[in-house]
Amino acid sequence: MTPALSRIWFALVTVFVAATINFFLFRVMPGNAVSALRCRACTPQLREALLNRYGLDAPLPEQFVRYLGQLARGDLGISIASGRPVWQEITGPLLNTLPMLIAGTLIALVLGVISGVVSSWRRGTALDAASQWTSLACYAMPTQWIGLLVLFYVAAAVGLPAAGIQSATLGVLGDASMWDVLADRTAHLILPALTLGIGSYGQYAIIMRSAMLDTLGEDYILTARAKGLRDRDILRYHAFGNAMLPMVTMVALSAGSIVAGAIVVEDVFSYPGIGFAAVDAIGKRDYPVLQGIFLLLTVAVVVANLIADLIYVRIDPRIRSGRVAVG
Amino acid sequence: MVALLAPVIAPTPVNTGFSNGFAAPTAAHPLGLDGGGFDVLTRLVHGAQTSLLVGTIAALVGMLIGGTVGFVAGYFGGRTDGVLMRITDYFLVIPDIPLMIVAAAVFGQSLTNIMIVIGLVYWASTARLIRAQVMSVRQRTFVTRVEAMGASPLFVLTRHVVPQVTPLLVANTVLMVANAIFAETYISFLGLGDPSVVSWGRMIQDALDQGAVVAGAWWVVLPPGLAVTLVVLAATIAGQGMEDTLNPRLKVGHLAARRFRVRPLHGALDRP
Repeated sequence: MTPALSRIWFALVTVFVAATINFFLFRVMPGNAVSALRCRACTPQLREALLNRYGLDAPLPEQFVRYLGQLARGDLGISIASGRPVWQEITGPLLNTLPMLIAGTLIALVLGVISGVVSSWRRGTALDAASQWTSLACYAMPTQWIGLLVLFYVAAAVGLPAAGIQSATLGVLGDASMWDVLADRTAHLILPALTLGIGSYGQYAIIMRSAMLDTLGEDYILTARAKGLRDRDILRYHAFGNAMLPMVTMVALSAGSIVAGAIVVEDVFSYPGIGFAAVDAIGKRDYPVLQGIFLLLTVAVVVANLIADLIYVRIDPRIRSGRVAVG
Repeated sequence: MVALLAPVIAPTPVNTGFSNGFAAPTAAHPLGLDGGGFDVLTRLVHGAQTSLLVGTIAALVGMLIGGTVGFVAGYFGGRTDGVLMRITDYFLVIPDIPLMIVAAAVFGQSLTNIMIVIGLVYWASTARLIRAQVMSVRQRTFVTRVEAMGASPLFVLTRHVVPQVTPLLVANTVLMVANAIFAETYISFLGLGDPSVVSWGRMIQDALDQGAVVAGAWWVVLPPGLAVTLVVLAATIAGQGMEDTLNPRLKVGHLAARRFRVRPLHGALDRP
């Protein structure tokens, strides 16, 4: 198998493992899904019918095969709370989350790269120490707390909207144009994305710094210095590109933690994305929706990892063969 | 961290409510009251107990599983290693916090469950690290010699490999404590914590739910987050420091902040 194919195979198996965990978590749960419905008034007949409807009366292996079959057809089951297909329940929130997630990651990446490059360049100085401590502190802060701080100190001062995804008044007086909607949504996006960025940039900064230091220790940097190049040129043309390599992997590996951050950030800012939907589902004990969200997030993270692996093979000529390298 | 053993320090019993919500700090209540009228300092101290307990136990659970997998995979190698590391890889890629949320939602909200769930999710990176270290220790001469003398695998593992790897395992566990405390704040924040216990995560959640922001009650918002930050920071730095001393990779940078500069002979005085 070529490296690319083996990576794709690995990704597929990971998704399968996640689906399996999903299936068994749901089954080993104390009681079964119907008792989780808290259906106290149910007659035995109704209970029977419900069990039958959710396919819980079949033997376990048969249920498992049926579950996988449904998944393969993109059927994530039916929401207990609303009775609608889970897929319909989560696509809307997912589309809301994506821009926030991307903006947050970009902010984190820019902050992390700048902080890492600066502190490796000025290694051992007060600037390095300050930048390292700041990123470590941000790394150690719970993201939801950063969100609270932003709400508390920044939101009012800056005058940006801090809740929801769109102003309630928008489009009430006459039709809002597409640009108005876009501007309004962007304004609602800034604070959550900023929170997410501050909460996740620390790990990038630390990795970027050590990658830069590794690179700056190479002989070709010494050569460049001996040629009398300016620091700025050495950093930009000689060190930066090589130091960015580990960052590609880092971004993919951190996809999981960014998603986790997004969940709580959305909760803090009442941003109607996938995390908000998850919290809602937890509150209602709507297990099918919760499982659908978990599976979706897993697939997203696995795909991010896969893409990073493939890009890595592309941009680093030294790695053309070898097995899957994760972690 | 002394707060762990000190519910004694707390000025008032934890569930004593005082009438006025969001009262500003006074002499009697140094950190004021929260939205439910509880003393913030008291809750902070009790929360410390919970959060540190969860962090420690969860890290130990993770260390036990990850350590075992790592030792077995690293020592026996071959097919065992292949299978175990494959499983580990899958767990590394599956996003941990969402998995924890699902597991916590399914298994119910008791403190024990939360500790086990966090531990069960966080073993994979430990397993990888320990495996690598065990493999390198195994290659060393003293281990191969003992093996050549006919020592059983169990003997070699317990007498020679484990002592070599333990410091790294301890460092890793300290790092995991930080992760676990972090995870606990997530779980509690999402309303999946044990409803009968105060933890730092729950205090952050309460601050949001009770509208501390609107009330302008900084003394409710700041303390729990600061506490988490400090403990996680301390654990991270301690763990990282231990890890760094244990596998030192000294590197020199050719680009230093202070550097010699060759001055031109003419016009040097014009410039500072």
